Amino acid sequence: MQVTMTVNGTEVTRDVEPRLLLVHFLRDTLRLTGTHWGCDTSNCGTCVVLVDGEPVKSCTALAAMTDGHDVRTVEGMARNGTLDPVQQGFMEEHGLQCGFCTPGMMLTARALLDRNPDPDEGEIREAISGQICRCTGYATIVRSVQWAAAHPAAATTEQEVTT
Amino acid sequence: MTTVEERSTMPQERESNPAANAADRPIGYGRIQRKEDPRFVRGKGRYLDDIVLPGMLHGAILRSPMAHARLVSIDTTEALAHPKVHAVITGKDLEGLNLAWAPTLSADTMAVLATDKVRFQGQEVAFVVAEDRYSARDALELIDVEYEELPVVIDARRALEPGTAVIRDDKEGKTDNHIFDWEAGDKAETDAVFARAAVVVSEEVVYPRVHPAPMETCGAIADYDPIDGKLTLYETTQAPHAHRTLYAMVAGIPEHKIRIIAGDIGGGFGNKVGIYPGYVCAVVGSIVTGKPVKWVEDRSENLMSTSFARDYIMKGEVAATKDGKILAVRTHVLADHGAFNATAQPTKYPAGFFSIFTGSYDLEAAHCSVTGVYTNKAPGGVAYACSFRVTEAVYLVERMVDVLAQKLEMDPAELRLKNFIRPEQFPYKNKTGWEYDSGDYEPALRMCMEQIGYADLRREQEEKRARGELMGIGVSFFTETVGAGPRKHMDIVGLGMADGAEVRVHPTGKAVVRLSVQTQGQGHETTFAQIVAEELGIPPEDIEVVHGDTDQTPFGLGTYGSRSTPVSGGAVALAARKVRDKAKAIAAAMLETRPEDLDWEKGRFFVKGDPSAAKTIQEVALGAHGTVALPDGIDGNLDAEVTYDPPNLTFPFGAYICVVDIDPGTGKVKVRRFVAVDDCGTRINPMIVEGQIHGGLADGVGMALMEFIGFDEQGNCLGGSFMDYLIPTAMEVPDWETGYTVTPSPHHPIGAKGIGESATVGSPPAVVNAVVDALAPFGVTHMDMPCTPARVWEAMQGRPTPPI
Repeated sequence: MQVTMTVNGTEVTRDVEPRLLLVHFLRDTLRLTGTHWGCDTSNCGTCVVLVDGEPVKSCTALAAMTDGHDVRTVEGMARNGTLDPVQQGFMEEHGLQCGFCTPGMMLTARALLDRNPDPDEGEIREAISGQICRCTGYATIVRSVQWAAAHPAAATTEQEVTT
Repeated sequence: MTTVEERSTMPQERESNPAANAADRPIGYGRIQRKEDPRFVRGKGRYLDDIVLPGMLHGAILRSPMAHARLVSIDTTEALAHPKVHAVITGKDLEGLNLAWAPTLSADTMAVLATDKVRFQGQEVAFVVAEDRYSARDALELIDVEYEELPVVIDARRALEPGTAVIRDDKEGKTDNHIFDWEAGDKAETDAVFARAAVVVSEEVVYPRVHPAPMETCGAIADYDPIDGKLTLYETTQAPHAHRTLYAMVAGIPEHKIRIIAGDIGGGFGNKVGIYPGYVCAVVGSIVTGKPVKWVEDRSENLMSTSFARDYIMKGEVAATKDGKILAVRTHVLADHGAFNATAQPTKYPAGFFSIFTGSYDLEAAHCSVTGVYTNKAPGGVAYACSFRVTEAVYLVERMVDVLAQKLEMDPAELRLKNFIRPEQFPYKNKTGWEYDSGDYEPALRMCMEQIGYADLRREQEEKRARGELMGIGVSFFTETVGAGPRKHMDIVGLGMADGAEVRVHPTGKAVVRLSVQTQGQGHETTFAQIVAEELGIPPEDIEVVHGDTDQTPFGLGTYGSRSTPVSGGAVALAARKVRDKAKAIAAAMLETRPEDLDWEKGRFFVKGDPSAAKTIQEVALGAHGTVALPDGIDGNLDAEVTYDPPNLTFPFGAYICVVDIDPGTGKVKVRRFVAVDDCGTRINPMIVEGQIHGGLADGVGMALMEFIGFDEQGNCLGGSFMDYLIPTAMEVPDWETGYTVTPSPHHPIGAKGIGESATVGSPPAVVNAVVDALAPFGVTHMDMPCTPARVWEAMQGRPTPPI
């Protein structure tokens, strides 16, 4: 079957098996390997991408289900070479170690900050509670998101550049 | 400030060289951002499953649904008829290649694909190679296997009972499920101390089976070139060089024709040390089909078949005086190794470094004995940041010290302070033969108590108890045992545990470091650049760290047991110092003086008494490769290679205090606060050090409260997905509070002791001690992990039960 969707601002159309998972569509078909796969059961969240701005676990969604929708992956976070403040925050506050859960964590953080630019610690923890990190113990991820909330300027610059 | 003064053995001053440091960041030790992060935050990591080779096929494994059964027949006809299937490989096929069985890392054998029986649920039975990952999975459904069920052995306590099914009847003459008996310490002396002790406490302490469960599962891509006979094997491995040698020994491919590439690894924690059947099958698949073959396991395969951790049933005993002087400890352990003895540890240590169970205390005697048994469970045992079983040792002694404190009605922190090895006793030889390199325990525990407000918390607890509220304070103090190890004592399958490292300074003064160890998130590309930067004054961003490719790096045993900084860190520092010595001779030639007339400050040599007559390390590098007339015996480069054989292990330590609140209605445990004071000797990048600690603390909370690989009576794995194997999220862990002291290792080139596993080792007893402390009003003296709401509630009713 044919699916058409917008991925990181670019419209793509591909023929896929109806059973193809969104995570495999992104990774194998489009070769966007920044989206990872970790569990199959929607528990770990390494596969989180934004669909119409909301975090979605792409291991439990079919590519066909995102037909006509807007998908954003980690590869679409930085624009014109400017990192999203969330990406910068993860580097500043050591919010990553092995880096495997990081794309999903960052996209969830982006979605949180888009609807709540100044979240408290509890709100950040709740926002990322559908995702597992085995390396950091989460405290530095929380601090990374707080850093991004405190430094929204980079995002503004980036929007100016892209518009 | 209670930070312990750094000793005079410390190298160099810590301040960066202001002249060479325009930016506000240290050249050398200190907090800098990680060099690996820019690619990870852009989604540009290079993990195994990201790699696609031309013409690559995909493998999938058919696994046993049964825990113990005779293999009657396998019919692969339908699978082979699948239009996208290129090969189906069974144990019979591997028998023809002499690969159906492979040696383990513990002098046992393990099945690659089952030939006679299956011995645990999830064991590998057949391997399909197909054009894509979905077709490979489809074809698994088309394989027809007939099994004849056999009685299963799940409870290690019953594994040695007469009449029990023999799991390893493949071993000639094997009539039981016994693997080994091992002991350490002096039994007679220990028994004598126990016989005259005024107080003896004992408890059965179970460290249940858990799993490292890195976010990236295990996988491999095998690419065999039949023309030049070279095998390129991309792997999720923590030990590329050891793997290369083992493949050469097992598969008969010459070692120089094997190249192991480990790219970015999505977490390891000991899960990626061993060689799994899937890797071997990918190799065979590539040889058979003539194409690259990728195999990546799914999460259930990871949890059910790859290296688990712990599974120790420990009878712990402590002998003490009435006023709380601990005299001796002894224990007997039943170690469940699963169906194959495949633990990854130094050969002479079948129970790893468990005999360090004397902990941080000055004792008169100690004795431990360990019996290993086979059961119908997945193999493994040494994993999950355990430092070769120091986790089990620390958990036992720290739990038992609390049992003693409760019996004597003493404060558990005071009891520990009373029994610590004193600073002047180091290097300290314990009663089971270990020589602790350095330590200063009391300041660490006092700092931890002060930071958490221990006295206030005890008062709060008293008030809450009066109101019927359940609050617990748990103390743990651990001594780690890492950096394996001296090659005269330690090897893995005959390979000595020394590490090579190479430092090369290019003509323009940029450098490359080549490592045998393999990062899985620890930040080696940053830390090792900083070690060289500290020694040579070259900025870390000018230093490339190469690792994870056996064709490009010197030999070494890999990253596990917190050994990278203690072993490879020593190698890198010494190689950099050799470069510096050579640079000094060249600088002297350039300055037309003698080497002994030169002084070094980070980044440059200058003539004594005339700081303006100087050559930077970059100028020397160009001189070395240029036309400078070199002194006799100095060749024209600035390179050095060192293989570092550590003289002893290193012994990091730490004090942890955990505060929990328990809902009396549901038994749910909430970790309110956790303070960790760690001492890992020299801290190279404090940000990375803290990160390592944070991760381990979350492990500890997970194991103490949630994580558990259980089995039912038929041997079905009850922890086979993340719906059943529960891992803490951000909601279950607190905001970690940390502190540190610095007691360098006296024998290590830079005084560093390693930090990767300290918190995983030290934190579980702090959490469990807090839970038991909270439950003390119910008469609870011990409860086993995981302290799930249901199990805590049962303990409150007076029915604490072991999990297995």
